[in-house]
Amino acid sequence: MAVIHDVIPAFELFQPTSVDDALALQSRHGAKAWVLAGGLDSFDWFKDRIKRPEVVIDLSQIKELRGIRTVGDGIEIGAMTTLTEVVRHPMVREKYSILPNAAEAAASPQIRNQGTIGGNVSQDARCWYYRGGWPCYRAGGNICYADTPTGLNREHAILDADRCVAVNPSDTAPALIALDAKMVIRGPKGERVVNAEDYFIGPAIDITRMTILQPGDLLTSIRIPSTWAGSQFYFEKVRDRSVWDFALVNVAAAVVTSGSAIERIRLVVNGVAAHPVRLTAVEAAVQGKPCNEETAELAGKLAIEGAQPLQYNGYKVPLMRNLVKRAIRGVAA
Amino acid sequence: MNLIEWAQNPWGQQIPIHIGWSLLWVSAIGALLFLVVHAVYVKFWAKPVAAHSDAPAAADGIAAQVPERVARHSLGARLFHLIMAMAMLALLLTAFLPKVGVKFAWVEYHWIAGIVLTVSVIYHIFHATFWLDFWSIWPDKEDLEDADRRMKRAMGQTAPAPRRFAKYPLENKLYHLAVMLGGLTAIGTGLFMMKRVQTPFFTRNPYLFGDMTWGWMYVLHGLAGIGFVALVTAHIYFAIRPEKLFLTKSMIFGWITREQYLAHHDRNRWPAVAEQVPTAGRTESKKAPA
Repeated sequence: MAVIHDVIPAFELFQPTSVDDALALQSRHGAKAWVLAGGLDSFDWFKDRIKRPEVVIDLSQIKELRGIRTVGDGIEIGAMTTLTEVVRHPMVREKYSILPNAAEAAASPQIRNQGTIGGNVSQDARCWYYRGGWPCYRAGGNICYADTPTGLNREHAILDADRCVAVNPSDTAPALIALDAKMVIRGPKGERVVNAEDYFIGPAIDITRMTILQPGDLLTSIRIPSTWAGSQFYFEKVRDRSVWDFALVNVAAAVVTSGSAIERIRLVVNGVAAHPVRLTAVEAAVQGKPCNEETAELAGKLAIEGAQPLQYNGYKVPLMRNLVKRAIRGVAA
Repeated sequence: MNLIEWAQNPWGQQIPIHIGWSLLWVSAIGALLFLVVHAVYVKFWAKPVAAHSDAPAAADGIAAQVPERVARHSLGARLFHLIMAMAMLALLLTAFLPKVGVKFAWVEYHWIAGIVLTVSVIYHIFHATFWLDFWSIWPDKEDLEDADRRMKRAMGQTAPAPRRFAKYPLENKLYHLAVMLGGLTAIGTGLFMMKRVQTPFFTRNPYLFGDMTWGWMYVLHGLAGIGFVALVTAHIYFAIRPEKLFLTKSMIFGWITREQYLAHHDRNRWPAVAEQVPTAGRTESKKAPA
């Protein structure tokens, strides 16, 4: 299929100035509407003419969706806050340093200036078969082109694949799950708050979506409680090009230690499944154990249980194991 | 509304990928409309059963030869029906709940239910072929003649009295035919579709067929699926209708009463056999009263 990179097909542009207006527009235009945050995911789709929305609702003029504020004992980050703003915010850097570390690992400085945290966590899969417009499962078809004997699947899933083997590309998502963040969603039925780890869904649940956002829903903010503020954090991203690339695998860990023992830990990897994977079995296994090489070895072994590599991504299994080991070692350092 | 969803594969071919899912609503709403129309027709216009069949009732002496409980469905047939029904409901729920917004990991449950259905149908084919009266469920010439007579009489025309039914009324036989066609289509395509997902039985091979063949397979599977939405809805409706309850009970307990037998069935077309009553360590037929 020829991909035409010229002007974007015409659409009707709306730039609401309030969340209520944006929701009303979504309700009015239904499936014809496309919600635009920073545009870094959306414009790829538009320019490749794979997605041709009739209506685009640009959220950039909604002030209430921007900024970082203190809420209760934690913070709330507006969904339209740019990644650069997250990286530079003093309080975020001081108390939740894993998040700016992860945000800074995303893409390039120019993209971080434009890209938003809401867009980063809600971006679509980067599988090139899907992005190329082929009628794969995720696009509503009945095949996964990446999961075939000849499919190019070096970057694809080793866990929780169900027909589709695409992975979640977000860097901030695992950090937010490690911080036990809550996603604030507004929709036709009002506001609901969900745990960050429940915000992402795999293909087994819905093969055409990466998040629980339904048509008409809007991610308005992300709340981070103080539960893990000031903990020991570890974030590492492995990618083909250090300057600008999606993660092959990334790992995020938040750890509270008591002496040399791990008192509490949240450990998350991404780039290995269609959703960030919280390693609850590993967390349970290492809790109470000393933060040493033996524990790191145990964590690494447990992390990869159930991994099913495809034709070309077997390397992800040791990569994930080693990143988990490094996370345990990293917080010990 | 598209009947079939088409897409372009990487080789530029237009291929079907599945049915238009709006057909699910067509099937469901069509079935519900049928039920409403049927219920209204039966309530206000339909003539009593006796008016459809004025064949003479059995004389007292002949009636007395009919056992008190007439065996209708063997234990094996009833167990098959129960297992098949549960598998079918599981298949429909796992297939269509996600389509109407109830999201869950449905694929594994779906193919497991499909395997249960397949095994039960294989059992049924052997059981019906070698242990039951195989031809009793297939429409025959007498069924068609009687259907024609009933239709004419229902329309106010003169026609000879239709005979009483054999073991199964024509509607049952036609329903069985539709279920058989839909079921074999769903099972045949479904077994091949299992090659596309992870199961313990096969190594995945999405290239077993070409895109076009796979596409039509998905379309046929979908058509069979939405067909079953209508068929199962109608089946449940008829199963709970007051005048059909004795048939539903017979699918649970295995027998109908002598009165029900004499009222609805032709002794010559379906000879009565007494219900097998299990006793300690053996089974015996209930004796017909002298």
